[in-house]
Amino acid sequence: MNSVLNGVTTNERGPQPRPLDASEQAVWQALATVTDPEIPVLNIVEMGLVREVSFRTAATSATGAETGPRASTATVHVVITPTFSGCPALHVIEENVASAVRDAGFPQVEVTSRLSPPWSTDEMTDVARRKLEEFGIAPPQPHGGLLQIALDAPVRCPRCGHPDTRLRNPFGSALCREIRTCQGCHETFERFKPL
Amino acid sequence: MTAADLKPEVRAALVERLTALADDELVLGHRDAEWTGHAPILEEDIAIANVAQDEIGHAVLWYGLVQELTGADPDHLAFFRDAREFRSAALVEQPRGDWAFTMLRQYLFDTYEAELLPRLMRSTYTPISEVAAKVNREELFHLRHSALWVERLAFGTDESRRRLQAAVNDLWPLMPQLLAALPGDALLAAEGIYPDTAELAGAVMPRLEGELARLELSLPATDAQGGADAAVAAGTRSERGDGLLAALLADMQSVARADPTAESW
Repeated sequence: MNSVLNGVTTNERGPQPRPLDASEQAVWQALATVTDPEIPVLNIVEMGLVREVSFRTAATSATGAETGPRASTATVHVVITPTFSGCPALHVIEENVASAVRDAGFPQVEVTSRLSPPWSTDEMTDVARRKLEEFGIAPPQPHGGLLQIALDAPVRCPRCGHPDTRLRNPFGSALCREIRTCQGCHETFERFKPL
Repeated sequence: MTAADLKPEVRAALVERLTALADDELVLGHRDAEWTGHAPILEEDIAIANVAQDEIGHAVLWYGLVQELTGADPDHLAFFRDAREFRSAALVEQPRGDWAFTMLRQYLFDTYEAELLPRLMRSTYTPISEVAAKVNREELFHLRHSALWVERLAFGTDESRRRLQAAVNDLWPLMPQLLAALPGDALLAAEGIYPDTAELAGAVMPRLEGELARLELSLPATDAQGGADAAVAAGTRSERGDGLLAALLADMQSVARADPTAESW
């Protein structure tokens, strides 16, 4: 669930949730059409990459309060966070966010990236984990910050479901993935690394 | 603490230290990237390319903090400075050598970062603590990879062991220079911005000595112990006599300098 505080929409961070208004819903819906170019089945909202959505209008800055739907003259400010800091997809995502929000009827968009707090795979939704597994990539287990333990925990094969799989290489086809082999079906697959 | 809170002399010292952090990552990332298409097996080709991409990504983050203080563009810092303006350590500047050399170098650097980054996460300078928190998580994967390779080479065949010991002989003498204080570091330590370099070295060196002893490798004397010629030749991060970095930059910077007005992708 997304929540809103003082006109700032945050992802599960607002202490006093109120329902999204029409403009906010439109922006979040637009963001949910932006996928990670290296994992086309996941959108950036379910990956937990959107940190903040806010609107700036002349009226907002004058009164400090936010009421009613925003005019298309408002500037939409979207803050996203990188998965891995060297990931080249970040620039593509920034551009795609801007065009998706523009297409939703907000011509003025500002996209920035924020490093802190660092993104964790714990911010992925359960739906995202399920989609990853169906796509053939083993999802990262939730770790609650105990990364070392998550890295050594058993990983289920996304193809046959066999619980015994072995790490082949801690690095894969993208920064976020490692390569494993299944002891059941003997297929090689990738896992999204817990981060 | 943020950029606005820094006294001028502290700010200058911080720019030097951040530049050293960024240059180490960039130069190491470039040396690792030289393996792309040449690694011993395909999977390791992928792995070393990933590591290179991470290190260069980390360099961008540290250059970004330099930019907050000086306004310098990170691309300019990477591609339009000359060797004398770099503050990278001799350890990361060495040509890639064989696979044992590259894996040992990576292992030494990863272990150094495993001690450095948790300390930087406690920096009183907020931008450093934030970048360190991000980088630290990613570095975990590097150390797991390089440590496994060093162990595999140490207890593999006579040939792998011979090559690994040769790499130790070449690289170990360069560790003190990697860990040495820059002239402004004392100011930074007094403000809690950067750890005390003697304390850091006191954590890194015994940890490595213990690990390399467990692998039954013998350690040559370091510069600090009045030893090896290599460390003497390495000098400090700002004095360089070996020409290794200049040669690396001539290669790395050639595309950007061929057309300085070209736009990145």
